[in-house]
Amino acid sequence: MLVESPPEQRAETAPAPPNRRAVRVLGLLVSVLILVLVAVASIAVGAKELSLEQVWHGLFEESGTYGDVVVADRLSRTVLGVLVGAALGLAGTVLQALTRNPLADPGLLGINAGASAAVVSAITFFGVTSLSGYVWFAFCGAAAVGALVWFLGGSRGATPVRLALAGTAISAALYGYLQAIMILDDAALGRMRFWTVGSLATGDDSTIEQVLPFLLAGFVLALALARPLNAMAMGDDTARALGANLNRTRALSMLAATVLCGAATAACGPIMFVGLMVPHVVRSFTGPDLRWILPYAAILSPVLLLGADVLGRIVARPAELQVGIVTALLGGPVFIYLVRRRRTAQL
Amino acid sequence: MSTDTTAGRGPDHRRSTVNRLSAENVTLAYDQRVIAEQLSVEIPDNSFTVIVGPNACGKSTLLRALSRMLRPSEGRVLLDGQVIQSMPAKKVARTLGLLPQSSIAPDGITVGDLVGRGRYPHQGLLRQWSAEDERVVQESMAHTGVAELAERYVDELSGGQRQRVWIAMALAQQTPLLLLDEPTTYLDIQHQIDVLDLCADLHEEQGRTLVAVLHDLNHAARYATHLIALRAGKVIAQGAPNDIVTADLVEEVFGLRCQVIDDPETGTPLIVPAARRARAAAGDRGTARKVGAAEAS
Amino acid sequence: MKTNRAVRTPGGLSVRLDVRALTVVVLLLVTALTASVVLIGTGDFPIPAADVLRTLVGEGDAGQEFIVTELRLPRVLVGLLVGASLGLGGALFQSISRNPLGSPDVLGLGQGATAGALTMIVLFSGTANQVTLGALVGGLVTGFAIYALAWKRGVHGYRLVLVGIGVSAIVTAVNGYLLTKSDIVDAARAVVWMTGSLDGRDWDQVWPLLALCAVLVPLVLANSRELRMMEMGDDVSYALGVRVERVRLLLMLSAVLLTASATAAAGPVGFVALTAPQLARRLTRSPGPNLTPAMVMGATLLVTADWVSQRAFGADQLPVGVVTGVLGGGYLLWLLVTERRAGRI
Repeated sequence: MLVESPPEQRAETAPAPPNRRAVRVLGLLVSVLILVLVAVASIAVGAKELSLEQVWHGLFEESGTYGDVVVADRLSRTVLGVLVGAALGLAGTVLQALTRNPLADPGLLGINAGASAAVVSAITFFGVTSLSGYVWFAFCGAAAVGALVWFLGGSRGATPVRLALAGTAISAALYGYLQAIMILDDAALGRMRFWTVGSLATGDDSTIEQVLPFLLAGFVLALALARPLNAMAMGDDTARALGANLNRTRALSMLAATVLCGAATAACGPIMFVGLMVPHVVRSFTGPDLRWILPYAAILSPVLLLGADVLGRIVARPAELQVGIVTALLGGPVFIYLVRRRRTAQL
Repeated sequence: MSTDTTAGRGPDHRRSTVNRLSAENVTLAYDQRVIAEQLSVEIPDNSFTVIVGPNACGKSTLLRALSRMLRPSEGRVLLDGQVIQSMPAKKVARTLGLLPQSSIAPDGITVGDLVGRGRYPHQGLLRQWSAEDERVVQESMAHTGVAELAERYVDELSGGQRQRVWIAMALAQQTPLLLLDEPTTYLDIQHQIDVLDLCADLHEEQGRTLVAVLHDLNHAARYATHLIALRAGKVIAQGAPNDIVTADLVEEVFGLRCQVIDDPETGTPLIVPAARRARAAAGDRGTARKVGAAEAS
Repeated sequence: MKTNRAVRTPGGLSVRLDVRALTVVVLLLVTALTASVVLIGTGDFPIPAADVLRTLVGEGDAGQEFIVTELRLPRVLVGLLVGASLGLGGALFQSISRNPLGSPDVLGLGQGATAGALTMIVLFSGTANQVTLGALVGGLVTGFAIYALAWKRGVHGYRLVLVGIGVSAIVTAVNGYLLTKSDIVDAARAVVWMTGSLDGRDWDQVWPLLALCAVLVPLVLANSRELRMMEMGDDVSYALGVRVERVRLLLMLSAVLLTASATAAAGPVGFVALTAPQLARRLTRSPGPNLTPAMVMGATLLVTADWVSQRAFGADQLPVGVVTGVLGGGYLLWLLVTERRAGRI
């Protein structure tokens, strides 16, 4: 049962040769292009199909038709998707690097559930109604659960199984709590059964305005962590020998993940597995260098999230499948595949 | 090279009887990865057989096949003339014991309780804990020197003590054949010698047939009565250490240049690696202890 | 070994008894039965315990007899059976996955049964019986899917747990989708079902559960010695003559059946399967799967929780699942902290 050769990550220490860097920069540009295409699709596809021409008019020269209204509506949804997707991808990448655990994901570690429970509590018990009000609750919930899972999962001795179990167990308890609230409060049930599956449809311009500052701060912080997290990848002792400040890096990583997940969850509800899948795809062609993984993840995660959103609108037309459901349906099998691929000693 | 002088038996005698445990033309593979092909091995009765070879040569795999942990994709393993897989599990377990590399002590279990679990193949729904079970468990613990630890929790013991407890559990199984997969891994040198002395006792005093995989060639040469040297899934040599261990064999099996001298304590072969300058040859892999269980085991 | 006693007959038969475990089981049984009697007496029409007992042996007055035997007794019996099944199923899962958190709640069996039930409620507006059947099918399918996906030259505990978590996430998403598709009436019905409730359970639920337990409990207990051996790792137990994969498949199958049918009868009552084996273990202080104590503990927990929910919130206001969820969630946190300290998770 112990034998099987897993595709080991090659430790890349030497800087990439120039032509390799060129390829990576080119790849980044191609990724941006793909993102633009998916974004256009996200605007064009839906209950009412729009032609490219109508999209163009809606975006750049208003034609005064109904199409413009649809475009404006879908534009804010698309922008929200790009922001939230990038946030989840970056958070997942940072968490995987921080825990040295390729199975880490904000949803799997219970961080999204923590933010959800805090938001629902804020709405039900404290009468907070505005997003800018309860986003702070989301941060607190995400941070509390993140710290708890980290602590319970064994801190530095964490293994993938321990972290995932601690996260899942806490999620189960929190979802039980959410269910109790929904049973006792019919109005809450009406609102929350849509929000708790994770959807981009609820977002509008004001949502974007309210979470944008937090997300931008999180983006900057996460991208700045590439170098210190690279040093940590080779183990705490090696990192310390290389002169890295471990505690500061850990604290800042948790802060970045908390802000990104909290803001994303407050805006769209809990969305799983985006943060799990994208870093794996990215690593397969960038190698283990976080200075490349992070920017790629920031661009390709929105591709996945918007793609899932578009898919959800196509398969369930004229209704739609919430994006959180689509990502879970896509991500669950990927997760199981990753689990099966690993040797038991690595779990 | 099949000379075997164990327990005063001549080679002629051996040829005339069938050994209890043997592998016939087995092909051993994990999924598609083939470890050994057409491998045939006989375990001489009443011997202390030690299997040696470099990392990933298939020695643990061979032991797993002999103990029916791994089903050969071709060929067969015979125990008392029957294909081992076709025999009832408990019957095999009363004949052949195994101490695997990986074993888990359940939380909060005492030494006595753990050793007692070795009685499983002798028990049934209506025969759960006989006076015989009690006696064998006490004997096994006394023999391995853990009797005074009987009430202690296994989690609290040192590595050396724990290994003795596991050996006691395998002893309580009361099998004439006992297979041990690297019983000395992770132990200090004095505990390694302790465990090997214990194995030698079991072999000499109780007449059990022992088969062990060992990493340390010098330990193997000192304790084994029959040595099987494997390389890349093939038997390179087998026989009594005094007959087969030569500098050429060590170089062929391990790719290490060395001298073989007489062990001043026992007169068995002692391998002394050649000095660094003398070993200009490439491909020197040495006998470095492996770390972790990553090897093909 | 201190509390172990061997009972031997001259004919060579011997049975091993753990005196402490036996005491725990007896005390728990007494507690469960006491709680049942009190629970039967609790409700809009309270009946003193003495009258309950008198009615149960067939000497009560007609009015009380109807309330006791037709309304409240079946509900309590369902509670006892569901609790016992969940406790036993949880103990099996935890022992097989070698992890205190590897219980059906975490592995997604409850979610799978929920998916089946929600399909019936939301897509077909099914009757109560159809919902029960849907839940049973959903739970069984999920259980088999987890086993099949975790199989790779045998089922390893960690892989089982992680695959279960993955399956759980997928099924949770399906449930979320079904909930958003439903109208508000169905949604409310679904959410109550999802929480787990004993409300309105009658003899129709008792008989199938009782029949299933009558078959599976002896089957599982007959294999408990093999399960004890398997806690020492596959290699050791195989070397001792245990047919590891066969026993594991049989016990997994039993655990899935027990959990799925319990969930079908009462909904996914949270955390009973997780806490009962752990509490039982702490009381018996004996290593090993502690199957019987876990089973009795599950029954005791569920009946007691049902009584608490009726006492604290009035009859049928709050489903029992909320109580077990809140108590179990708290216990889970405590467990995580202490097990972490012991390095066992």
